[in-house]
Amino acid sequence: MQENDDILPITALPQTGFKAFAMLVTTLGTSTKTNDKLDALGKYFNTAPAKDRVWVIALFSGRRPKRMVSSTLLVQWCVALIQQPVWMFEECYHTVGDLAETIALLLPETDTLEGSGKSLAWYLEQVSRLEKADEADRKLFVVNNWLEMNREERFVFNKLLTGGFRIGVSQKMMVNALAKSVELEPSVIAHRISGNWNPATTSFEELLSEHAATTDYSKPYPFYLAYQLEDDVSTLGEPHEWQAEWKWDGIRGQLIKRNDQLFVWSRGEELMTEKFPEYEVLRDLLPNGVALDGEIIPAVGGQPLPFALLQTRIGRKNITKKQLQEAPICFFCYDLLEYNHEDWRNNPLTERRAQLEELVTKAGHTALQLSPLIFYSTWDDLIEIRRQSRDYYAEGLMLKRKSSAYQVGRKVGDWWKWKVDPFTIDAVMIYAQKGHGRRSNLYTDYTFAVKDGDKLVSFTKAYSGLTDKEFAQVDAFVKRNSLEKFGPVRTVKPELVFEIAFEGIAASNRHKSGVALRFPRISRWRKDKKPDEINTLEDLQKMLLLYGQKTVG
Amino acid sequence: MALIEFSNRGLYCPPGDFYIDPWKPVNKAVITHAHSDHARPGSAYYLCHHLTKPLLQARLGDNNYESSGWHEPISINGVKLSLHPAGHIIGSSQVRVEYNNEVWVVSGDYKTENDGISGAFEPVKCHVFITESTFGLPIYTWKKQEAIYSDIRQWIMYNKAQKKTSVLIAYSLGKAQRVLNAIAPLNETVYLHGAIYNMHQALLSAGLQLPAVERITPDTPKEKLRSAIVIAPPSADGTPWMKRFNPYSVGVCSGWMQVRGNVRRRNVDAGFVLSDHADWNGLLSAVKATGAEKVYVTHGFQSAFSRYLNEQGLWSAEVKTEYGGEEETDETIIKEEA
Ligand SMILES: [Zn+2]
Ligand SMILES: [Zn+2]
Repeated sequence: MQENDDILPITALPQTGFKAFAMLVTTLGTSTKTNDKLDALGKYFNTAPAKDRVWVIALFSGRRPKRMVSSTLLVQWCVALIQQPVWMFEECYHTVGDLAETIALLLPETDTLEGSGKSLAWYLEQVSRLEKADEADRKLFVVNNWLEMNREERFVFNKLLTGGFRIGVSQKMMVNALAKSVELEPSVIAHRISGNWNPATTSFEELLSEHAATTDYSKPYPFYLAYQLEDDVSTLGEPHEWQAEWKWDGIRGQLIKRNDQLFVWSRGEELMTEKFPEYEVLRDLLPNGVALDGEIIPAVGGQPLPFALLQTRIGRKNITKKQLQEAPICFFCYDLLEYNHEDWRNNPLTERRAQLEELVTKAGHTALQLSPLIFYSTWDDLIEIRRQSRDYYAEGLMLKRKSSAYQVGRKVGDWWKWKVDPFTIDAVMIYAQKGHGRRSNLYTDYTFAVKDGDKLVSFTKAYSGLTDKEFAQVDAFVKRNSLEKFGPVRTVKPELVFEIAFEGIAASNRHKSGVALRFPRISRWRKDKKPDEINTLEDLQKMLLLYGQKTVG
Repeated sequence: MALIEFSNRGLYCPPGDFYIDPWKPVNKAVITHAHSDHARPGSAYYLCHHLTKPLLQARLGDNNYESSGWHEPISINGVKLSLHPAGHIIGSSQVRVEYNNEVWVVSGDYKTENDGISGAFEPVKCHVFITESTFGLPIYTWKKQEAIYSDIRQWIMYNKAQKKTSVLIAYSLGKAQRVLNAIAPLNETVYLHGAIYNMHQALLSAGLQLPAVERITPDTPKEKLRSAIVIAPPSADGTPWMKRFNPYSVGVCSGWMQVRGNVRRRNVDAGFVLSDHADWNGLLSAVKATGAEKVYVTHGFQSAFSRYLNEQGLWSAEVKTEYGGEEETDETIIKEEA
């Protein structure tokens, strides 16, 4: 480390290649202000080599390289190198809470804090090349590179290797920084970097050029996302200026037909065409040059089924006949983004909707449904209708201004989601475990139980939902009131009562309680309640009967 | 009979009838250093190093204090006792106890790198060594002090260029004085939070040489604090007191900053891994240098560190004490990295 001459923070010193990228990740991971993050990204885009910029765009838009090596192997290679027992590694991992960081901290300090001098692109190309190499080759690659990196680089390198690359930056933020750097509108950037492209073979110029978009027939439009309506619905103005639909509990998707090919994208910009053979038939029924926004959802006779059924389909390679019969996947359309090869996003919603209805009717197939409009005349009507959402397997309502354009990203004003309140249940904490990452060292992962006669039955874990201060208080309680210790898990005195909120419930024979919850989280600490005032297993079973779904393993 | 027992009041020497760093009031207390988890009120008699005495007076008020220099043998009920530099903070000492040709050493808190303020840690030969283990995992290895000091200075200069005040969070006794030394080459006025200023005064009156500083009061004009350097204790972080510095950047100086999760959780702009405790290699080298055949481990990652020593062929056991350690969330450790 230089000590004297020009005094600049480390992050401002001229850096190149992988080291610059590692610095960027460190800054993004630790800075607390959006502007600092934007600055760091902007600086990176202005100085990094073009090839590295392409990879950063890829990484920050969810286009990660495949996992090249398992965590288990990485740990093995690390402990062999540092000559520590495995239990010591585990102890350290428990304190750090992040595998990539634990390894980076444990590897011997290198003399050259200068770092490796190689580029980000070089590493990522090696990583994909080694996908097919044997274990000895991969080990050699990893260990040799570890030894010539500084600590920040090792951390980022490990993250790339394990495929668990997430940092405190949204795709939107990256797009904004890039837009500023190349002097284009963020919405234009968002569109150009979407779709199906390979960072290894795409140049920066190609990626951002206008032409590229026309040759990639799969390219989706960025999704328009809504915020939750927190205010009273009457603040939206006149009811007749708005259109109401159910907010479906499926996967947001975009269905595109161009050049006689069909493409299905998820909101996470994952190409999912192959996962849903039900849609194949639409290729012949839809005209070329259309893009539809809608929900991927299982349904029979136009009636949606619970989300749990869709979950059984995702991540499965082979789909059985039985699945195709019992839970066929439909596409519930609610918007038309492209028609007749033209971008329709700036037309008013009513116009898009009218054209959409015509299109869906013409296609005339059960796999393509219109997401129905809800008719109402006053806000009070709508409030009443919203209460019935769960009976339709909907999460609530969507409100869209009839005159609105289809915008890019999450925007306030014209679209709102208006979800129903979650299910809640009061439960007592019975186990605690130390958290990971941000909350390593604190007991922040809890297991909760309900009453069953005079016994307690555990039914769910829940993580988020408390403030840092509350976490510290619960942590202190756990340390004072541990009854037993099983590895990292502590059994605690059943004393603290929490309200657990969740979005859905399904039968499960994997859980002692017989139920599995969807998105369980702590909604508040019920300091006002005693453990004998919590809900019962019977309460959960009643919910299951009313809203549940029976065939989840 | 063991020369030092682990009683519920603290480390106890039966033949000498005295305690070392007791956590409950006792008749005779030998104090390793002035941090609050080691020096507690209520005892009838305190023995400590000369430099620790004024700090105890400031912290615990008037009491029956006796002080000694390093290496001066003192006899208590036939037990030979002496203090040896621990390098942790000003006045911090290891306690050597000898009786019937058996020597035990209680490390108190220590660090092996010489910080130029606390006196250089001195390995003391003994049969039994009782060591701390605040950072007793191999993930904790520190950069050289000068490299960290340089990082701190660069960060300050960068903030200055952005017209931001640099607020350095450091524990008032020990860490704050090291930070003062770190930034002395910048030749700028350093502004201190009241708590750190009071400690500063106590140290000056104990005869320590420290750079000139200015205290922050409600009357300090805001213009003076613009782009300035401020040192504040952890308790001030995130309180309305900080508002006067807007716009500012916060940098926490603590060994716990080694782990990213802690930096993020504290929601600070920078973490400087600057500790007054030995790192993993420091602990190992200290243990080895004592030549001890038995090592008791307290204060930190005692179970991992003692298990490691055992596997290396050195007899070791963990001891539960009420210093720092397991029961603290790192939130409170940062408050009192003691
Ligand atoms: Zn301590
Ligand atoms: Zn201390």
